[in-house]
Amino acid sequence: MFDAALHGAVRTGETIIMSTKLVIGLDGHSSGERALDFATTLAEQIGSCELLVVYVIEWSPYSFQTAEENAQRHKRREEEISLARERVVDPAVAKLTQAGLTVTGHVKHGNVADTLNKVAKDSGAAQIVVARSTDQSLSKRLFGSSTANLVMEASVPVTVVG
Amino acid sequence: MKTYIKTAALTAMTALASPAFAQEAMSLDQKVNEAFAAATGPFVNFIFMSFPGTNFPWIVMWLVIAATVFTVYFGVVQFRFFGHAIGLVKGDYSDPEDAGEVSHFQALATALSGTVGLGNIAGVAVAVGIGGPGATFWMILAGLLGMASKFTECTLGVKYRNEYPDGTVSGGPMYYISKGFNELGLPGGKILAVLFSVFCILGALGGGNMFQANQAHAQIQGVVGFEFSGLITGFIFAAIVFVVIVGGVKSIARVTEKIVPFMGILYVGAALIILIVNYDKIGWAFGQIFGGAFTGLGVAGGMVGALIQGFKRAAFSNEAGVGSAAIAHSAVKTKEPITEGFVSLLEPLIDTVVICTMTALVIVISQQLIIDEATGLYVLNEAGTAIATVDGNSGVALTSAAFASGISWFPFVLAIAVVLFAFSTMISWSYYGLKAWTYLFGEGKTTELIFKLIFCVFIVIGAAASLGPVIDFSDAAIFAMAVVNIFCLYFLMKLVKTELNSYAARLKSGEIKKYSH
Repeated sequence: MFDAALHGAVRTGETIIMSTKLVIGLDGHSSGERALDFATTLAEQIGSCELLVVYVIEWSPYSFQTAEENAQRHKRREEEISLARERVVDPAVAKLTQAGLTVTGHVKHGNVADTLNKVAKDSGAAQIVVARSTDQSLSKRLFGSSTANLVMEASVPVTVVG
Repeated sequence: MKTYIKTAALTAMTALASPAFAQEAMSLDQKVNEAFAAATGPFVNFIFMSFPGTNFPWIVMWLVIAATVFTVYFGVVQFRFFGHAIGLVKGDYSDPEDAGEVSHFQALATALSGTVGLGNIAGVAVAVGIGGPGATFWMILAGLLGMASKFTECTLGVKYRNEYPDGTVSGGPMYYISKGFNELGLPGGKILAVLFSVFCILGALGGGNMFQANQAHAQIQGVVGFEFSGLITGFIFAAIVFVVIVGGVKSIARVTEKIVPFMGILYVGAALIILIVNYDKIGWAFGQIFGGAFTGLGVAGGMVGALIQGFKRAAFSNEAGVGSAAIAHSAVKTKEPITEGFVSLLEPLIDTVVICTMTALVIVISQQLIIDEATGLYVLNEAGTAIATVDGNSGVALTSAAFASGISWFPFVLAIAVVLFAFSTMISWSYYGLKAWTYLFGEGKTTELIFKLIFCVFIVIGAAASLGPVIDFSDAAIFAMAVVNIFCLYFLMKLVKTELNSYAARLKSGEIKKYSH
């Protein structure tokens, strides 16, 4: 189902051609802009390129919630997705489209590193572009940042924009 | 009941524990207690009425027969689909596209935080204290059979939940009773749903609230070492619950939800340590459990006494057949309602067969219950109502003393665990009660606020009343829910059977398969 959605996006162009796919992971911070700029340059250099702008909402199926939170979960999920689209993904897609690139936007829930890697794998992307993490929290110090985890686990090359 | 050592009375909380205040508060506690016992007496008596000429309460038979019927009707579903249930909780069958929705694991964890509570700690102590070690055997059996009851009600809970346009859901027996009866063309669904809701509100105020507040107070009092009014504990608890359920301060609830599973693991871990240290007595303890199950070993009521206590406390602890879990489980994201039924059958297993059994084993092994060495039978207390214990403890104080015999500082950890379990159970039941309340009176800010305020008031009453009347009312209210729920499940179980057959066939044919993650 996921594959179909992504490949469907590829076919929105006038012809179906083999193109290089790049996954751009955004985290909603200003550093994401640098990742976008870098990917734009890269895409222009490569030529025929498909860009997938992905925003991952950190979420675990093993977290604990109250009954009330569970009852409202579907509603909250929809709200989270539309907020992420509105604030992060849609502006990025608009910007890249304006630059004349073929681009699709995706919002996913899950572990950031795992999810970006899965999107890249499922879509057959050539590489993942992300910005260096801006997260300074304690959890980052304890468990490492999503960016570091992605670099360690990714099955395709990862470019980390500083 | 209140036999706590008054040693530290002069050192701490002098203002609250001053003689004048204590006397006044005690008399107020007694007044609350008497008024409460008088008000709830007739209802309690009806629920626990015995079969004519016996001392066997009909309600216990009601629960056991139901669990047995569901076990047979669904072909021992609790064992046939046990492995599949584990796979579902692990997320093997969850569509990755549904990430961000309520997972099977989350629905199970939420339901468990509502059931794993004082029933597992204090309730088991009450069962073993009155019914002897033999009560444990019947408790485990009730837990295993109860898995089928839970499976039935939770499948229906998801199948007939209300999904609102804004994306929120409401589910539970009141919804499946009214919708299910309609679907089958049976009359009276609406009336039964209303009746269930009334009992659910009482259950939320009783077992989900007063019993928790009461035992949390007993535990705090035991740890600080002197008596003080339950009204103080009650007010503090009520204030915190108020802040969470009325003030919407989710952070407190969220912190509790995270600590509770940790406490559960710690509790089982501590129990295991005590068992390992006393490994030479484990065989003896099981001997007591099996021997007591069929002979009673001198407890009041003999074998039947042990059986009644075991079944009662199992039902009170894991709530199988009561219908409360169906409310908690109904929020899960799944296309197959029956999958939540499979997941829910793990609940009585974890709650009763694992956690309750641990408590019972620790109490038996620590030899808190006094045995007449000459006869090998248990010695009864002066009133002849329960087994005499080393320090005259009962309820949560008995569990605490049992753990202390192995790990001296454990009562402090237990006190924290009890308070947290009590709190998380209260939060869960405030939601169950609220769902029943809004089913009756409609959803809306004012009606919801009224219920939440009533809920907070009952915390104070529960903490101030003594254990006897509170436990009677709590049991009665929760069992009253089971009366309506199980009656309706007998009519609705064929709907679950259809789902089960269809799902089992598709699972076998490979139509339902695991997702690769």
